[in-house]
Amino acid sequence: MEFFKIRRDIPFMRHALIFNLISFVTFALAVFFLFSRGLHLSVEFTGGTLMEVNYTQAADVGKIRDTVAGLGLNDVQVQNFGTSRDVMIRLPAQKGVSTAQQSDTVLAALKTASPDVTLRRTEFVGPQVGEELAQDGLKALAMVVFGIMVYLAFRFEWKYAVAAIIANLHDVIIILGFFAFFQWEFSLAVLAAVLAVLGYSVNESVVIFDRIRENFRRYRKMNTEEIINNAITSTISRTIITHGSTQIMVLSMLLFGGPTLFYFALALTIGILFGIYSSVFVAAAIAMWLGIKREDLIKGPAKKDEDPNDPNAGATV
Amino acid sequence: MNRYPAWKYALIVVVLLIAALYTLPNFFGEAPAVQVSSSKSTVKVDTTTLARVEQALKEANISADGITLEAGSIKARFGDVDTQGKAKDAIQKALTPDAADPAYVVALNLLSRSPAWLTSLNANPMYLGLDLRGGVHFMLQVDMQAALTKRAESLAGDIRLSLREKNIRHGGIARNGQAIEIRFRDSATLTSAKNLIQDQIPDLQMVEAPDGTDYKLTATIKPEAARRIQDQALKQNMVTLHNRINELGVAEPVIQQQGIDRIVVQLPGVQDTAKAKDILGRTATLEMRLVEDSAEARAAESGSGPVPFGSERFFERNGQAVIVKKQVILTGENLTDAQPGFDSQNQQPKVDLTVDAKGGRIMRDTSRENLKKRMAILLFEKGKGEVLTAPVIQGELGNRFQISGSMSVNEASDLALLLRAGSLAAPMDIIEERTIGPTLGAENITKGFHSVSWGFAVIVAFMATYYMLFGLFSGIALAVNLLLLVAVLSMLQATLTLPGMAAMALALGMAIDSNVLINERIREELRNGASPQAAIHAGYERAWATILDSNISTLIAGLALLAFGSGPVRGFAVVHCIGILTSMFSAVFFSRGLVNLWYGRQKKLKTVSIGTVWRPPSEGGLAKS
Repeated sequence: MEFFKIRRDIPFMRHALIFNLISFVTFALAVFFLFSRGLHLSVEFTGGTLMEVNYTQAADVGKIRDTVAGLGLNDVQVQNFGTSRDVMIRLPAQKGVSTAQQSDTVLAALKTASPDVTLRRTEFVGPQVGEELAQDGLKALAMVVFGIMVYLAFRFEWKYAVAAIIANLHDVIIILGFFAFFQWEFSLAVLAAVLAVLGYSVNESVVIFDRIRENFRRYRKMNTEEIINNAITSTISRTIITHGSTQIMVLSMLLFGGPTLFYFALALTIGILFGIYSSVFVAAAIAMWLGIKREDLIKGPAKKDEDPNDPNAGATV
Repeated sequence: MNRYPAWKYALIVVVLLIAALYTLPNFFGEAPAVQVSSSKSTVKVDTTTLARVEQALKEANISADGITLEAGSIKARFGDVDTQGKAKDAIQKALTPDAADPAYVVALNLLSRSPAWLTSLNANPMYLGLDLRGGVHFMLQVDMQAALTKRAESLAGDIRLSLREKNIRHGGIARNGQAIEIRFRDSATLTSAKNLIQDQIPDLQMVEAPDGTDYKLTATIKPEAARRIQDQALKQNMVTLHNRINELGVAEPVIQQQGIDRIVVQLPGVQDTAKAKDILGRTATLEMRLVEDSAEARAAESGSGPVPFGSERFFERNGQAVIVKKQVILTGENLTDAQPGFDSQNQQPKVDLTVDAKGGRIMRDTSRENLKKRMAILLFEKGKGEVLTAPVIQGELGNRFQISGSMSVNEASDLALLLRAGSLAAPMDIIEERTIGPTLGAENITKGFHSVSWGFAVIVAFMATYYMLFGLFSGIALAVNLLLLVAVLSMLQATLTLPGMAAMALALGMAIDSNVLINERIREELRNGASPQAAIHAGYERAWATILDSNISTLIAGLALLAFGSGPVRGFAVVHCIGILTSMFSAVFFSRGLVNLWYGRQKKLKTVSIGTVWRPPSEGGLAKS
């Protein structure tokens, strides 16, 4: 089987400007939604109580909402979770009332309203924990960005590092934009997914950059644009197959992983879809605008930028 | 070309064997078991308890699949749930004749069914997180400032006492937050006081300053001492929690320090959070009282007379009755420290006690008046008191004194622990709480398992269709990756959580990337007219640099997650990082081993089975499969 019968290099870079504009617009939209709507942060970040209850029959969410509201609790969210029989209730942190009391009162009230309710899970997080988690998340994000940039700058050149990181942040912001727009719940697991996407998406850029470097050494007559086009064309089959198989896994998670993994898988799905796009049209294009050229990578004796521990370091020359 | 030396194959075989060995325990499932642990801090589970359990089972005609004693609890495995229930009843009857005051907790548990020879190799199944097995999770914050304030308060008392002993006149000692301020009339007194304090309490650092016409000495706890105090407070709180949780009869509680001031408590299988919280927050109290030694009391001790008025009867650990006065001399509140040690004169084990200034004063008066009489130290738990020890007062005591006598080193350290662990060193707050129902846990396992297996099956099927034999090799490499991943996780005894299972799925999805890179590269080489052997060689060699680069950058992200993540993020990151490392081994080293084994020896290799190698017709169009 062969999906990709490409005769000539596809002139990806000819349309780079248009695609960059499109990405800029999506990016700006994502940022806009992020600021205008904000993320729907989970209890883990905001502090508060979360209860998951199960009914033997389809639950009447409206009735549950009334029951809980009847307790005089403000800002309570009641929603279906997974199946129509599972209901998730979120209660904001209350001063002076212990959460155990809070969840006990709510459960007691629900039991009086309909006795077939069972508590499946409660979660309570104090506000100080949430704050710390958010800070740690930001630290992790900064560490990933910094680490990847240093590594790429060392392995390639700073222009590549900048291009790759812009492309990656583009993916991350777009995932966040989706979560802000649809008000999906942003939990710790989703944060993990976002950071994993950062690592994953840089993969893509690296594969293309590797090929660009190789092409610079091999085809001395081509100009930068042709070299990039050739690099993307010759790796496109791999890019699509790899993304396809990762997507299969994530899809499997989305379908079989149940509600707990749903948003995690969703974040990964968006990240993977935008990952292909961003490494081709964002990373490569930005690298082109930044003016990568043969001389950047081949300074003096060609082996300078190789890892000394890499036994096959010379293989690409 | 394309041959591995024998040692590389040997390495592959060894790695696979070890991996298989350590993955194995995960397949045996769990057997019903009965766990016996101590319900009181004064009762220890040891070999004699083990013998009693064995005896009880023998009498009831129940055969256990294995009985082990480890980490202070006895675990007996049984063939089925029915036997487990009978065994529990039998053991309970034998060990806890008095149901109202049980000395042991007999709880139902699940234990890995993996055979003893695997366990002896330290091959244990992966530890499942609470989200996969159900239970309660608490995170407690220890109030360290309170611990320091409490300490400063007792140090202020100590200073007051020492100054009085040496007849140094001061103009008042006050505690201001965690600082102790002492006023003096003249600087000479200040200097002598300062020297005295420095000598007696090395934990304090002092600053002197004129204060109007007076002189002021401000003593604060040294940072390193503060760290030590906080550390001790945390440790003591953990010991206390341990003792309390034992009462819940939880099979395998997790009590872990997190950061410098937090304790995580996980109680698998527990659903009743209210009871769990009640027990965590419960206080045990320590009391010191004089032993009543009148003739009536002696008679009451031996059981031949009534307990005299104004006294109570308590029991020692060995069952010996002790009649003590109702009047309490001191409580655990006044006890600041208890450490085991050795008597410098007769080299016998002892326990050094330190009480605060108020306690010291009371001790001095009491001991002077009651020389050569016995003083009992009582521990009250669940409203029931027990005599820890009842030593004879040998001399006048101050705020530091020792308990010595006929006790072993172990007994001394146990006693010190009990004295310290009676109460919490510092107050704690529950700042995080999670309850996961057992059915939800089981559901999560199946869901995680399904997402991994379905994704895996589809990927392998696709690879085999698209890349033919090479795709099959990739598929086998992917399976090896999964095997290695599970083996490493089992070896590390990492806690597997639902996000961890998600990371496993993602790791497999991403691991195939390396094989796709290699296979595409080989096709490309073939397209450019390389001979099959050269194409295989070049495909692996050239893809390697790319694989290394992309995996390292992914690993950087994984490590950052590991460093800063907590809870589910960490669970995800551990699997993610290990998955990247194992994928490098399986996708490059192992898969090449397979290819070399299959193709490497053929000198005149004409074609390789890697699916269609399509060539543009203009170049001669010799499409080969």
